[in-house]
Amino acid sequence: MINLTIDGQAVSVPEGSTILEAARQLNLDIPTLCYLKLEQSRYLNQVASCRVCVVEVEGRRNLAPSCVTPVAEGMKVVTNSRRVLSSRRKNLELIISNHPFECLICAKSTDCELQKLVWEFGLNKQRYQGEKSEFPIDMSSGALKRDATKCIMCRRCETMCNSVQTVGALTAFGRGFHTVVSTAEAKPLIETSCTYCGQCVSVCPTAALTGVGNIYDTWSALFNPKKTVIVQVAPAVRVAIGEEFGMAPGEIVTGKLVAGLRRVGFDAIFDTTFGADLTVVEEGHEIIERLTKNEKLPILTSCCPGWINFLEYHFPKLNYMASTCKSPQQMTGAVVKTYYAQKMGLNPEDIVVVSIMPCIAKKYESKLPGEEAYGIRDVDVVLTTRELAKILKESGVDLNHMPEEEFDNPLGQSTGAGVIFGGTGGVLEAALRTVYEKVTGKTLEDVNFTEVRGLIGTREASFDLDGRIVRVAAVSGLGNTRKVLEKIESGEEQYDIIEIMACPGGCVNGGGQPYSKDRDDIVEQRIRALYSIDRGQKIRKSHLNPSVQELYQAYLGEAGSHKAHEILHIVHHAEEKDCCN
Amino acid sequence: MTNANAGCKCQDELKEKFQELDQYLEGLHVDPKNPRRKDTLINALHHAQEIFGHLPEPVQIHIAKHYSIPHADVSGVISFYNYLTVEPKGKIQVNVCMGTACYVNGAEKILREFERVLEIKTGEVSPDGKFSIESLRCVGACGLAPVVTINHKVYGKVKVSDVKDIIESYLVEETDQTMEASNA
Amino acid sequence: MPEIRTDEQLIDAYNQFKGLLSSRLGTVTDDTNQLILVCGGTGCHASESNLIVKLFSEQIAAHGMEDKISAEITGCFGFCEKGPIVKVYPENVFYVHVKPSDVAEIFEEHLLKGQKVKRLLYEDPQLKEKIETSENISFYSLQHRVALRNCGLINPEKIEEYLGVRGYQALSRALSMSQQEVIEEMKNSGLRGRGGAGFLTGRKWEFANKYQSDEKFVICNADEGDPGAFMDRSIMEGDSHSVIEGMAIAGYAIGASQGYVYIRAEYPLAVERLQIAIDQARQLGLLGKNILQSGFDFDVSVRLGAGAFVCGEETALIHSLEGLRGEPFTKPPFPAESGLWEKPTIVNNVETLANVPAVFLDGAENFGAIGTKTSKGTKVFALAGKVNNVGLVEVPMGTTLREIIFHIGGGIKDGKEFKAAQTGGPSGGCLPAQFLDTPIDYESLASVGSMMGSGGMIIMSDHDCMVNLARFYMDFIVEESCGRCVPCRIGNKRMLEILTEITEGRGKIEDLRELKTLAETIMDTSLCGLGQTAPNPVLSTLKYFMDEYEAHIIDHRCPAGTCQHLLRYEIIPEKCIGCTSCARGCPVNCISGSVKQIHVIDQTKCIKCGACLTRCKFNAVVRN
Repeated sequence: MINLTIDGQAVSVPEGSTILEAARQLNLDIPTLCYLKLEQSRYLNQVASCRVCVVEVEGRRNLAPSCVTPVAEGMKVVTNSRRVLSSRRKNLELIISNHPFECLICAKSTDCELQKLVWEFGLNKQRYQGEKSEFPIDMSSGALKRDATKCIMCRRCETMCNSVQTVGALTAFGRGFHTVVSTAEAKPLIETSCTYCGQCVSVCPTAALTGVGNIYDTWSALFNPKKTVIVQVAPAVRVAIGEEFGMAPGEIVTGKLVAGLRRVGFDAIFDTTFGADLTVVEEGHEIIERLTKNEKLPILTSCCPGWINFLEYHFPKLNYMASTCKSPQQMTGAVVKTYYAQKMGLNPEDIVVVSIMPCIAKKYESKLPGEEAYGIRDVDVVLTTRELAKILKESGVDLNHMPEEEFDNPLGQSTGAGVIFGGTGGVLEAALRTVYEKVTGKTLEDVNFTEVRGLIGTREASFDLDGRIVRVAAVSGLGNTRKVLEKIESGEEQYDIIEIMACPGGCVNGGGQPYSKDRDDIVEQRIRALYSIDRGQKIRKSHLNPSVQELYQAYLGEAGSHKAHEILHIVHHAEEKDCCN
Repeated sequence: MTNANAGCKCQDELKEKFQELDQYLEGLHVDPKNPRRKDTLINALHHAQEIFGHLPEPVQIHIAKHYSIPHADVSGVISFYNYLTVEPKGKIQVNVCMGTACYVNGAEKILREFERVLEIKTGEVSPDGKFSIESLRCVGACGLAPVVTINHKVYGKVKVSDVKDIIESYLVEETDQTMEASNA
Repeated sequence: MPEIRTDEQLIDAYNQFKGLLSSRLGTVTDDTNQLILVCGGTGCHASESNLIVKLFSEQIAAHGMEDKISAEITGCFGFCEKGPIVKVYPENVFYVHVKPSDVAEIFEEHLLKGQKVKRLLYEDPQLKEKIETSENISFYSLQHRVALRNCGLINPEKIEEYLGVRGYQALSRALSMSQQEVIEEMKNSGLRGRGGAGFLTGRKWEFANKYQSDEKFVICNADEGDPGAFMDRSIMEGDSHSVIEGMAIAGYAIGASQGYVYIRAEYPLAVERLQIAIDQARQLGLLGKNILQSGFDFDVSVRLGAGAFVCGEETALIHSLEGLRGEPFTKPPFPAESGLWEKPTIVNNVETLANVPAVFLDGAENFGAIGTKTSKGTKVFALAGKVNNVGLVEVPMGTTLREIIFHIGGGIKDGKEFKAAQTGGPSGGCLPAQFLDTPIDYESLASVGSMMGSGGMIIMSDHDCMVNLARFYMDFIVEESCGRCVPCRIGNKRMLEILTEITEGRGKIEDLRELKTLAETIMDTSLCGLGQTAPNPVLSTLKYFMDEYEAHIIDHRCPAGTCQHLLRYEIIPEKCIGCTSCARGCPVNCISGSVKQIHVIDQTKCIKCGACLTRCKFNAVVRN
């Protein structure tokens, strides 16, 4: 243990700790901006570039960045001298001197870490009127919006993209005053190997990286008298959107959310979890087929578009392993535009499906060719959890005061298996519950496959399905994904079923969720809430969802039928991009 | 590459250049599994720039693939260093040294004069692709201040009045070469 | 040449080759051959010194005298102002400003007839006398060449000549000592880093030696980026072996078996000579496995920089070596603990390494006998700017500025007044006349607000504007800042903007206070040395030349007459005869007046180019 004093107070910390960590032990919150540590994702951005966290260290000529300076025995640190405070202020003044002054109309207003610091420091004038960097705004992907004029070179996104996600689409570009984090040759994102996983958006302290906005499209549809506007809500949204209204992370607000959506004026409120159950049935059929024929194994889940992009750009040779099933979002939309439209006597062209997702990549997925049925788009508009919160507020809805209401039918019923889709391991567990019963013909008494749960990056298990050993794995985070795929490519490891989610922890930690900043305990709380909903459900196996069963009887026929393939399946195309490996 | 009309010949030249680059890259023995493999990257980029004259995207991607690193990595490195350029420079590259010794001996006036005569700014290429102007940071020939280097040829103790003549000498040389080529 | 595998073989080689240098070293015998040495440094190289050697060789061949006369290229003689320089031995005659067209005359008159070519001898500007040998030239008489000991003496492309001046014997001696002994010797010598920081080299080696690791590295920092500095270039071009030998000794001391030379791409000649030297050393077994039967392995690889001044900073250099953008990283941990690929690494400057063999050849005590108490040894300076004798000089630490500028440098050019000496490049400060008698060493320079830096010394006259100089350096910094940290990336830019406003006549008196507060934050919070020292030129000029700043701001006047926007060109009516020459030469046609009429300059259109002043033969145009 190392003993030091900070502002006269003694503290003891393990060797290798930083001054910042030691200060936090004393509840001394030295302000930081570029520094970010996320234990669960093994993410550490420690570049010491903002110089806001500087402190005085006795015996050291200049100020030390506390986020990266290791403690030493007997060190004397001062965090609030005139010298320190004036330098912190000066550096903040310098940052904002090269930053657009459009807080009032900026998407990150009240959520921006730079804005918060400026407000806390009481800066009250623009001291410098010099040159400001100019860059074009990039919305080429329809999912991720990049505005380099707001980049403060904190490098958080670069670290996330390179070290955690191992996608490598971002780099610091240029040198000197105009340096920003950008893409190769500053190309539009659509031309790069970006997967739109949105993890960079989650960590960006300003509005340099945000999701492309679709609120306007939503209101347009809602106010169009000719359109029937249907909304579907993903599992991960109901355990997170409460945070935007001051509720605790992981608070389950399903009923209140449905009520709020009704107030906003949607014509029907469906549950993507229904689509998840449907996915399990279709994918379960596919799994069993491949296991029986012992071909195209391992099967890789395909509900995460960020992960599918990763597969296509970086491991195109393994493309055939992906399931041909669409994602729950897309399946729900497809069913609305076919079965539901028919049932209600609506023209599918007059239906607008809006989906609420924890995810940015879903915006990209909804626009892909093939994500349609009989020439009509499955999903028309995708809103993130954050965007929906704004729409609710605009409509005067405070979730805290909403009553509990139910989803509409026939796409409103769901099982516990469907809802756990929102967290890593959930898709796999849901699939196993159904596959087990279909293969063995027996009833699964204990539906809990706890071996595949948890926030560790890769979880593996094997199960005995009537004599056949099935090896499964659940992976979250693209860096972990890369490791597993490399093992498969080299033949080092054999699996049968692998669930892959691009975001560490799964969809609850998606790029569209309320910002959790450095509170990575929030992800755990959201997942726990999902399992809690699962436990409270009467039906916990997807294939036993009565609405799903009815859909098959009345419309699809059976799992894997021709009709099912027409509207619920898609073939992914390998697209080799300029990345390597 | 802008010679769209050159057709086949340009494609062959390009192929040859990539072959030359590949030969050099093979000699570096880059092991895709080695976490230290990037240490020869800058040397490789220098070499590629010598072959191609500049580092356009296809060359960047080619090199990135060889090193098993993302294109963004290579692009970020190129954007950092003065020497490495994505855009082609002029055939005749005028570099005016702006080191302190040259500066106090009037290098800035020389630079402005080159800009005036060639009608382009520092960092730009003339529309016909013939000339480009750059300001260099000290070539270490301070005894000859102010110094101008043009395509590796060093001119020392340059005066503002010399500039026009220097440029003219290159234009004459150009015309001679063209005439020789057409007479050949 | 046979390999050199033992100490005995090394001494044999020395005895064999020292004869090659006898005339140069002054040990003349009756049958000593004549030798023509031509300076091959970049400056002279640019003035066709290669051609001069070629022409001499052709003359020698044409007269069939290859066994009596030889012509060689050598490293930089240092007197760049007078290049190309040719020395003729055994008389040690010093010819200056030699052109290829002079070769025939020198050969006929001097080599064949023994008549020195008087018109090409150096003439002392004060005494107006011709001086034959360099020892008697004031440029050289105060110099003491240690790092440059072989530059201008040996042919750098022939390892035999290096062996003939006791080359690699320092390594041999070091290898016979223990690592601890080598480090103690280094510490006792008092040699401090010549790159500018002045850290005790022996202590740096000691740190790296202490850390346990399976791998360690020695890096030679040859990224001499300071504008106006060419010390390292000259050493690399003239005596690469001394650097290689220094690296090997360093490697032995810390336990490294791999060295890298990180060298600027702007130094193609140095790169070439360095590679030749490495190849030759490898061929003889002086680099590679089991050097001189000691069990010590060491090899050197060359890596090119690509035009980034910040890569001279050791941690940025390391990142560049790793193939990344040349961005520095935070210290601690220092490279001696965690450097290249996180292994213990020492980064030493070229000049420092060139001094290392001298320490082991002459002994630490002898080495430390020169210099001041805290700064031992010598320092190479690149003297440039408004001095008469521009070139490379090496002087003992403690030599005063006055001695360097007026004795060695020959005083200020064109009879102007001395105003200031700028040392330390963009990280340094200026020393006005009151400090002319300051003895040069690390501490004394720092105490007056400047620093030693790598050795660039620019002399300014009263026609140089100090505010503009500060702006020039800040412009350089902004261009070269890596962009990683806020105070340097944005702070220096804002300082530059303020300085530009001042030099363009739009400065406000509050700007001076803003410059100071910005400077404080930038110095106190920048991540690396580049940012931390960037405000030095500004602060130094503010301290000693406040009057110039005030003149720019309050009087809208540039006392030195250089800041274009503050210049005012006027035509004195009494002197103007209406010849129209100025009007015809004006690039913006702002001078009105017809033939035989008094001309007038329209101040609103004038771009202050000065063409009219140049053209007027009647002194009617004035600038103030």
